[in-house]
Amino acid sequence: MGIDRRTFLKGLGAGIAGSSLLAGRLEAAEAPANKEFMGVLVDTTRCVGCRTCEMACAEAHKLPTPDISDASAFEKNRPTSETQWAVVNRFKTDKGEVFAKRQCMHCNQPGCVSACPVKAMEKRKEGPVTWDTNCIGCRYCMVSCPFDIPKFEHYSATPKLQKCNLCWERLQKGEKPACVEGCPADALTFGTRRELIEQANTRIYKTPKEYYPHIYGEHEVGGTGYLYIAAVPFGQIGFRDDLGTIAYPEYTKGFLYSVPVVLLLWPAFLSGVSAITKRKANVRSKEGGKV
Amino acid sequence: MNGITTTREMHSLKDFLIFIRGELKPKGKILTPFNLITGSIILLGGILILYRFIMGMGVVVHNAAEYPWGIWIGFIVMVGVAFAGGAYVTAFAVYVLGGERYHSIVRMAVLNGFLAYVFYAGAILLDLGRWWNIANPMIGNRFGVNSVLFLVAWHFLLYMIAQFIEIAPAFAEWLGLKRTRKFLASLTLGAVIAGVTLSTLHQSGLGALFLMAKWKIHPLWYTEFIPLLFFVSSIFAGLSVVIFIGTVSLRVFDKDRIAEEYRKSWDDILIDLGKACAITMFVYFLLQFLILVHGHNWALLNTPMGYWYLTEIIGLLLIPASLFAWGVKSGNPAPIRIAAVLTMLGVIINRIDYSIIAYKWYLPLSERYFPSWMEVVITLAIVFTMVWVFRWIVNRVPILQKPPQWAIEQEQEEEIEGRAVALAPQLGLTMADGGKIIDQKKK
Repeated sequence: MGIDRRTFLKGLGAGIAGSSLLAGRLEAAEAPANKEFMGVLVDTTRCVGCRTCEMACAEAHKLPTPDISDASAFEKNRPTSETQWAVVNRFKTDKGEVFAKRQCMHCNQPGCVSACPVKAMEKRKEGPVTWDTNCIGCRYCMVSCPFDIPKFEHYSATPKLQKCNLCWERLQKGEKPACVEGCPADALTFGTRRELIEQANTRIYKTPKEYYPHIYGEHEVGGTGYLYIAAVPFGQIGFRDDLGTIAYPEYTKGFLYSVPVVLLLWPAFLSGVSAITKRKANVRSKEGGKV
Repeated sequence: MNGITTTREMHSLKDFLIFIRGELKPKGKILTPFNLITGSIILLGGILILYRFIMGMGVVVHNAAEYPWGIWIGFIVMVGVAFAGGAYVTAFAVYVLGGERYHSIVRMAVLNGFLAYVFYAGAILLDLGRWWNIANPMIGNRFGVNSVLFLVAWHFLLYMIAQFIEIAPAFAEWLGLKRTRKFLASLTLGAVIAGVTLSTLHQSGLGALFLMAKWKIHPLWYTEFIPLLFFVSSIFAGLSVVIFIGTVSLRVFDKDRIAEEYRKSWDDILIDLGKACAITMFVYFLLQFLILVHGHNWALLNTPMGYWYLTEIIGLLLIPASLFAWGVKSGNPAPIRIAAVLTMLGVIINRIDYSIIAYKWYLPLSERYFPSWMEVVITLAIVFTMVWVFRWIVNRVPILQKPPQWAIEQEQEEEIEGRAVALAPQLGLTMADGGKIIDQKKK
């Protein structure tokens, strides 16, 4: 009965080897693919707040058509919703009114994807973060999204998670996202992240007076597919400026790493303790003591 | 009434069916105020659950767009799992550390843990929008191996099986299945070791779920050590529940449902449980304090959320911890009982804080989540159903009751065998020889 030192050490070795193996795999799974992600650059200095992108988005994804002539929509800061994947909001800033479109940011290493227990949320190698119907509806992606984007159809018996998918179905056909194609003001540019960052930097260098010198999404939460440039600091147009540059999956990495270690070392340790207490009890009973 | 202690002989399927039919009959009075009140809540809750599954969550749940999780997750699952912690802690003390004196409470703790998992964590089905897909993480309709929730789901399932194995001998005793009992009892230690391991990960995993809700949770609650805090607090949460159930059981169950041994040793056990609670709570308090110092969050204490935090940490942690310590020092069970209730309240508030109260604490009241009356009724219905099932089992199966004589003999026999095999080397024999001698003796 019990385990001797050799078996214990063997278990220990296997535990360490196993955990480092798993850890290695985790790392690989979290790292962005080598292929370049596609994204969209939003130049808020060009946006006129016409909301054509909202219309185009609704049309492309068969969502209810928004009434874009209704100016009262700008009175409140609207979040994205289960029926609106993209919304344009108006902000009063130091440099007057600024319009900013909001939708899924398509993070390079998305929190929602690492949160999903069934990989219903997926980062496609082309860049979009998409949702699939094998979803169990746990809404952990909503808890884990730094931008609070995924929305859940509460009032449906067969609810879906709704969010911008960067027009994944159009991308596969070689088309641009509907919002980019629909934008009459040239405020949205579609391209690879690298190109978009270059272009954003160029605009900032060429007309430094028009821009606040920062590309939102270049480094935020490890980089996002949607990139923004604006005339004012991003805190003024509804963006969190305290998200940091660490990719969200990193926050659970430490815990995930400890799982295989605990899983392998704990049983070995507990068996050892139990063997020792048994032995002690036996010795005591042999000596005539009471157990 | 005394059916449990005598050996039951069942020779045929017919005998078995007659026995089961007899056991299905209610024991004790049916029309008590407790039964009437809880029964009607269960009935109403059942109807609402049906309504939720037909119409979707929105008709039953308060829909606050900013809050993905309400009380079904924040209370039923989070608190339910923490309260089930007594099962792995007592099983660890009895089977791994050899704390034989707690043997009389281990079945009660494990049964409570098992039922808590079945009912509370099982209630997650209610909260899954796409519940028909619940098996997906298990059957591999894509394995989200990088997800904390994926691990939690697996540990949940495996631990439920481990707990079932731990409690199964009691059911075998009830049904008079001698050989099955012997087999099941031989699995206990393995199940306990697996169970403690899975619980360590499961309890901390529930905390790890909140790690990516970084800015959404108030900085006094958000720390990278949430998993550790959840694990440590599950120890005293679980033990407080064992104290609570143990105390209440002595009062509500018929005398012949509770072993004399248990009745006599309970007050002593209570003191030991209180001691374990006091120690783990002071450790937990120290952890919280270090995290507070480390996070430079002093200034936040003097805000409304800070007062709430202090209520939790002082009122419902430090005070009950001191009450536990006082009760242990003076050998007085009264403060320990009060401390257990306060501790349970503190853990309830702590878990709800993470998913509801400290979650997006900055939103105006109009955008905040409050449970709808229907959510509350369903929650109560689930809790009461669990209480009913617990009562049903305790009234029939040897949980607090002494096991039947044959089971005790079986246990002793095995212990002697095990000891003989283990001691063989000291007598100059090999372990195999020891086994052989036993076999010969049996013949």
